[in-house]
Amino acid sequence: MPLIQVKDLRVGYNVYEGLLKVLDGINFFVERKEKVGIIGESACGKTTAMKAIMRILAKNSVLMGGKILYDGNDILRMNDTQFTEIRRKKFSMIFQDPSAALNPVFTIRQQFYDIIRYSSNQRMTKDMIHERAVELLKQAALPEPERILDSYPFQLSGGMKQRVNIAMALVSANELLIADEPGTALDVTIEDQILRLLKKIVEERRISIILISHALGTIKHFVDRIYVMYAGTIVESGPTEKVFKNPKHPYTQLLIDSVPKLTGEGVPEGIPGIVPSYLNPPHGCRFVTRCPYAMQVCKEKVPPSYEVEQLHYASCFLYDNGENGKDE
Amino acid sequence: MMIQKKSWAGTLTKKYGRYWYKFKSNKISLVGLGVIVFVAVIAIFAPWITPYPTSAGLYVNFSQQKLPPSLAHPFGTDEFGRDLLTRVAFGFRYSLTLVAVVLSISVAPGVVLGLIAGYYVNRWFSAVIMRIADVFVAVPPLLLALSVASVLTPSAINAMMAVSLAWWPWYTRLVYSIASSLRNEDYVKAAELVGASPTHIMFKEIFPNALGSILTKVTLDAGWVILIGAALSYVGLGAQAPTPDLGTMISEGSQYLPASWWISIFPACAIVAVILGFNLLGDGVNDMFSSSIK
Amino acid sequence: MIARVLPGDPARLALGPRAPQQAVDALRAELHLNDPIFVQYWYWLSGVFTGNWGISLFTQRNVLIDVSEFLPATVELILAAAIIDLALAIPLGMLAGRMANTFVDNTVRIISYIGIAIPAFVVAIILQLTLGYGLHIFPIIGRLDQSIQPPPRITGLYVIDGLITGNFSVAANALWHLVLPAFALALGPIAQEARILRSSVVENLNKDYTLAEISHGLPERIITLKYLMKPSLIPMITIYALDISSQIANAFLIELIFNWPGFSRYGLNAMLSKDLNAIVATVMVAGIMFVVANTIVDLVVSYLDPRIRFQAESEE
Repeated sequence: MPLIQVKDLRVGYNVYEGLLKVLDGINFFVERKEKVGIIGESACGKTTAMKAIMRILAKNSVLMGGKILYDGNDILRMNDTQFTEIRRKKFSMIFQDPSAALNPVFTIRQQFYDIIRYSSNQRMTKDMIHERAVELLKQAALPEPERILDSYPFQLSGGMKQRVNIAMALVSANELLIADEPGTALDVTIEDQILRLLKKIVEERRISIILISHALGTIKHFVDRIYVMYAGTIVESGPTEKVFKNPKHPYTQLLIDSVPKLTGEGVPEGIPGIVPSYLNPPHGCRFVTRCPYAMQVCKEKVPPSYEVEQLHYASCFLYDNGENGKDE
Repeated sequence: MMIQKKSWAGTLTKKYGRYWYKFKSNKISLVGLGVIVFVAVIAIFAPWITPYPTSAGLYVNFSQQKLPPSLAHPFGTDEFGRDLLTRVAFGFRYSLTLVAVVLSISVAPGVVLGLIAGYYVNRWFSAVIMRIADVFVAVPPLLLALSVASVLTPSAINAMMAVSLAWWPWYTRLVYSIASSLRNEDYVKAAELVGASPTHIMFKEIFPNALGSILTKVTLDAGWVILIGAALSYVGLGAQAPTPDLGTMISEGSQYLPASWWISIFPACAIVAVILGFNLLGDGVNDMFSSSIK
Repeated sequence: MIARVLPGDPARLALGPRAPQQAVDALRAELHLNDPIFVQYWYWLSGVFTGNWGISLFTQRNVLIDVSEFLPATVELILAAAIIDLALAIPLGMLAGRMANTFVDNTVRIISYIGIAIPAFVVAIILQLTLGYGLHIFPIIGRLDQSIQPPPRITGLYVIDGLITGNFSVAANALWHLVLPAFALALGPIAQEARILRSSVVENLNKDYTLAEISHGLPERIITLKYLMKPSLIPMITIYALDISSQIANAFLIELIFNWPGFSRYGLNAMLSKDLNAIVATVMVAGIMFVVANTIVDLVVSYLDPRIRFQAESEE
C-alpha cells in the first residue's frame, strides 16, 4: 500500500466571477521512501494539491470530490485531532517563499521551541527542546545555531531562512516531506544547495518527498518518479528517466523543449498560448486549446490515462489504440 | 481613426466597468451609496419637498410647540413649534455644504503640498512643509477646530474655515508618503530621463497613482467632517440659530429630554445615518481601488 | 497664535462691557496687548518656559495652576476610556477575524459601523438617558457622589488616590462615576479598532506563516492568541494613537455633558468666553498629552514589531 494515494481529487475556489475548477480529478501516489516530483507551469494546481494533503487550503476553496488516502485512511475525513497528530508526527511542508513562511515578529527561537514542544507527547524540558532545535539546525547545515535562534526572520538571508524552514519541517517529517518549489525564490546557486540538502536529508531519514518545481533540470537529478501537471490535470507520469527521455504527452514534449539547452540550438520557442481559464475550462482535454495535435475527440472527452510503456502513463488520445485506457 | 476611437471608448468602459464591479461586490457599499444619494436629493430639493418650508427659518408658532410625532409632523415639532422633519431636511443641506466646503478648501492644497514635499523629498522646503503639517496633526482636529472657531465670531462660515484648517495636513501626509515612495519607481525615473518637467511628473505620473487613496480618504472623511461640524454646533461654536443645523438641534433638544425626546433624537438619527452612509460608501470606494478583490 | 490676531478685545471681554475704559487700558498694558504682535508672541513664548503661561481672564489665576488643578480628572477619564477601549476592541476584533463571514463577524461589523457613525456626544446623551436617568444603574454627573469627600490628593486620580490611601469605597464610587463617560469616549475607537484588527487578522490568516504554523500542528489557541495576535495588533495600535487624539478632543464635549470637572471643560469654558491664555494653554496641553500618548504607542509598536525596533537601532 502506498504511503499517500490521491484519488480523483477535485478542488475549486469560489471567487467573484464564479467557481474556479482548479483540480479536475487528479490521481497520484507516493510510496514509502520514494522521491516524487511534480512539474508544470505556474498556477496549474500543484500547490493546491499539496495544500489539500496538509489540509491548509484557503477559506474560499471547495472540496468537490476525491480522497487522499494515508495508509488506507482518508485524511480528508479525519477529525482535527487525528489530523493534527499527523501534522505533528508524520508530514511536513516547506513553502516556496522562505520569508513568508516565518512569522516576522517572533524570533526563530520562539517559533522553533513551540513547534518542538507541541510535536511531542511528553513534556519536554527547556534544555531538551533547545538541544533538539540545535541538532535540527545543524542537520539543515546552519552554522552558529545559537545566533540563528536569537534572530528575527528579517535578519537572515533567504537561503538561511529556507534552511530554518527545513529544520522546522524536520521536527515532524517522519514519513513525508512536501517541498513546494523550495528554491524558486532564491539565487540559482543557493537553490542548488537547498535541493542537495533536501536530497541528503530524505535519503538519510529514509522518508518520502514530494518535490514541486518548474526547474526541470534540477528535478531530473533528484526524483525517482515524476508527474506532469497541466491546468489542474495530471497529463503524464512515470519514472523520471523515461519521462525525460521519451516524453509522450504533447505538453510534456513542449515543456521539455522549452528549456534552454547548453548545446546552443538557439532560443527555445516556449509553448504558444496560455493556460485556459479555470472558470470555464475546456470540456475535454484541458490542453486542447494549445495542443498542436488537437483532434475532434480531444474537445469532447477527457482523455483517460494510457500506459505508453511500462509504468509510464500519458493522458492523451494520441495513444488510443482501441483499448480502453487505464482510467486511474 | 474610427477604429482607434472605438477601442479607446472600449477600454474606458472596461476600465470603469471594472471599478463599478468592484464597488458593488460588497452590497453594503450600495446601501451607503443609496443613503448618500437619498440625503443629497433631500438636501437639494428641501425647499420644495418639505411640508413646512417656513420652519427652516425664524418661525415661531407656540400653539404647535413640542408636539410629539404625528401624521402632520412625522418627527414632531420643536420648542418653537417648528416642524422637525423640515428642519432635519434643511439640516442635511448644511451638513453636505459643510462637507463640500471643507473638503474642497482643504484637500487641494493638502494634496499639492504633499506632492511637492514627496517629490522633492530631500529638499529643505519639503522638511518645512512636513514639520508644519506635523504640528497641525499633533492637535486633534476637533480641538483645533474648536479653538479656532472659538476665537472667531461663531457662524457657519467660520466653522467651515476652522474645520478646513484642521484638515489639510492629513492629505499632505497621505500624499507625501505615497509620493516619496513612488518617486523611486522606474516609470518616474524614466519620465525624468526623457526630460519631463517636475510638474508633469507630479501631476501626470504620481498623482494618478495616489488618486485611489485620496478618493477613499475623501469619502471616509466626509463622515468625520460632519461629526466635527456637529460637535462644534453642539457646543454653540458652529452655525447659529435659526440655521437648521443637526448638531445645534441635538444640543437644544437635549434640554427637553426625556419628555420631548423627539426634538433631539430625530436629528441625532439623521446625523448617524449620514455619517454611516459616508462610511459605507468609503468602504466601497476603498474596494474599488484595492487589488485584493478579483 | 492665531488667537492673537483676531477681532474682539480680550481685555474688554474680560472686564465686561460696563467696565471703565481706564481699567480696560490698564489691563491691556498689563497683558502687553498694545505691543506689536511679535513682541506679544515673545512675551508669551518666554513665559511658556518660565512657567508663566499668562493669567486666565476668567479665573484671574495663572493658567498653569488652573490646568494642573483640572488636568488629573481628564487624565483619569481618558485612561479609563483607553482601558475600556483596548479591553473590548481586541477581543471583538480577534473574534470577528477568526470567525470571518459568520454571524459573529456580521454582528461585530454592524456594531462597529454604528459605533463609528454615532458622535460621542450623542452616545453620552443616550447613555445618560438610559443607564443613568432611566435605569438608575450609573450616576449621571460628576466624579463622586455629593456626600463623598474626595480622597487626599496624591496623583489627582480619585480611583488611584482612593486605593493608595485605603479609601476603597471612595475608589469604587469614583470608578462607578467613570463608567458612562469613559464608555461614551471609547465607543467610537472600539468600533474602529475592532474593524482594523479584524481585517488584519483575516489578512494574516492567509499568510504562509500561518499555514506553516497550522501544518506544524501547533494548537489553535497558540496560533490565534500568540502567532496571529501579535502581528495583527500592529496596524491597530498605530491607529490607536489617532484614537487617543480623538478621545482627548471628544473629552471636551463629554466633560460638558457629564459635568466632569476636568481640564477639557475648563478649556471649553475658556473657548466660549474667549479666554485666550487659557485657550492657548488648553491646546498646548492637549498637544502635549497627544505627543506623550503617541510616544507610548510608538514604544508599544516597536515592542510588537522587531523590524521597526531594529531599524531604529541601526539608524542611531
